[in-house]
Amino acid sequence: MAENVVFHFDVDGEDFSSAGGASVTVKKKLRQLGIAPEYIRRVAIAMYEGEINMVIHANGGSADVIVSDDEIKIVLTDTGPGIPDVSLAMQEGYSTARDNIRSLGFGAGMGLPNMKKYTDTMEIDTELGRGTTITMTVKIA
Amino acid sequence: MQEYKHSVSLDVKKCKGCTTCLKRCPTEAIRIRDGHAVINSKRCIDCGECIKVCPHKAKRATHDGLETLSDFKVKVALPAPALYGQFDNMESIDYIIEGLYRLGFDYVFEVAGAAEMVSAYTRIYLGKPGVRKPVISSACPVITRMININFPYLSDNIMPILPPIEVAAAVARDRMTEMRPDVSPEDIGIYFISPCTAKVSYVKNGFAGSKNNVDRVLSMRDLYFRLIDVMDGIEVPEHAASSGMIGIGWASTGGESSAVFNDKYLAADGIENCIKVLEQIENDDFTDLDFIELNACNGGCVGGAMTVANPYIAQARLQTLKRYLPVSPNRPREVDVPDRFFVDENVKFDPGMLLSDDRNEAMRMMSEIESIASELPGLDCGSCGAPTCMAFAEDIVKNETNADECTVIMREMFHDYLERHKDTTLADAFRDYRSRSAKEKDGSQEPHA
Repeated sequence: MAENVVFHFDVDGEDFSSAGGASVTVKKKLRQLGIAPEYIRRVAIAMYEGEINMVIHANGGSADVIVSDDEIKIVLTDTGPGIPDVSLAMQEGYSTARDNIRSLGFGAGMGLPNMKKYTDTMEIDTELGRGTTITMTVKIA
Repeated sequence: MQEYKHSVSLDVKKCKGCTTCLKRCPTEAIRIRDGHAVINSKRCIDCGECIKVCPHKAKRATHDGLETLSDFKVKVALPAPALYGQFDNMESIDYIIEGLYRLGFDYVFEVAGAAEMVSAYTRIYLGKPGVRKPVISSACPVITRMININFPYLSDNIMPILPPIEVAAAVARDRMTEMRPDVSPEDIGIYFISPCTAKVSYVKNGFAGSKNNVDRVLSMRDLYFRLIDVMDGIEVPEHAASSGMIGIGWASTGGESSAVFNDKYLAADGIENCIKVLEQIENDDFTDLDFIELNACNGGCVGGAMTVANPYIAQARLQTLKRYLPVSPNRPREVDVPDRFFVDENVKFDPGMLLSDDRNEAMRMMSEIESIASELPGLDCGSCGAPTCMAFAEDIVKNETNADECTVIMREMFHDYLERHKDTTLADAFRDYRSRSAKEKDGSQEPHA
């Protein structure tokens, strides 16, 4: 049993062009740990989508990745507006992103659905006006 | 695993140990140790960036010299299309072909011709059912090695067809064997005239396995002046070039893709841009692509570290040269890709970045790295000999260096010392430091901060 490895990232809400940076760094770290490519890719996609969401909707936040023996846990925390209707937000193609965001190719309404699709578990803890915490896990062999 | 053979070498005498190459290496393969650069061969992808940026010309490409022309009885030249863009005021490619014959080659087979064949095969391959899209070009060996080391998930997307260099070598060998039945096969030497270091490594490491047909790799730069000399004396070329627009187009970025005749392609160049593209492809960030052409060098092969001309000038020259050429005279007639042009096996994931084979040990090391890195200044100045503070933390944990190499921390310690010894002068402080470090060498070690 190895002790958990924890990575912490601040996700800058101002800067679109650097969104996705934490996901790239995590990929590199997981490769160094010898995690199988398929798991790395799933973690990277889930994180990437989460980062973009935090930039679009919540003016940034933080991302923690905890690697343990049997799983990789991703915790995304923001103090944004919260999600009014989670089941609606989980529908593919549903988006509240503004037009200027969509014109950049983001806001296609695939963020949360993709995060669910690429992880084994996902929990959304959200409160209007307070923020959202999303916890995802990817089981690793 | 067999040791990977590289084609970048260092002249230790010329290397000043500056941090120029350190900062530009895309895989963090370089460290400065004992005052000069050291390349970690597990991580090097032979992109040649360090050769291009070295201000002291200490990094060099290793390749076969012109003296190897005497190694074989019959010599075949395979000029890469980038060669055609190297010469000023040249009316026709025929002069280069003729020049190569006059330099002593018995036969010239243009890689551009083979590139037209590969373009045709690529179109066939893209139309096959069940092909994993986007298909990534196999032409640039830096990119395929980069994928092997850092993007294992994408290795199955690399097109399993031999690159033009290898198709050219195979076809040239066949033709030569036919043309010269008097010569035994081992007396035929295939010489690739290369724009880059990566092609040298590609051949040295036998990437094509049993299908590797190239015997020697010459540098375009070495041949440049020799060719100019002989080309000057040519009135009317006796030999003619036989490649077309598509083949010559492969020399610069976008040429290979446009020959796919399919709008759903992406073409990028420059190793940093290519890495960013691969990151996004791996994340399924844009999915509507059939073909991806990635060239590690700026501008494509014309930007290789063994070329002479500025890549964009070379490209402009090629535009003029290919203007009145046929589109693709070397297009093969086959309706399917011949088996012999498929690679034997796909490239394998090479975990060059792995901290330890034992996951528990790797995790322990990673925690230590994160903890050390959080104490470092984060300037990424390179003075410690590592490209970033994070890389320095990794090196400390791997016992490849020690924490006192950080000059920023050292400076803080020095200021702290001066603060505590206000009555001491700078000269005293140095004297004190020297006598203490002498004592340490004697064995009375003090713990490092």
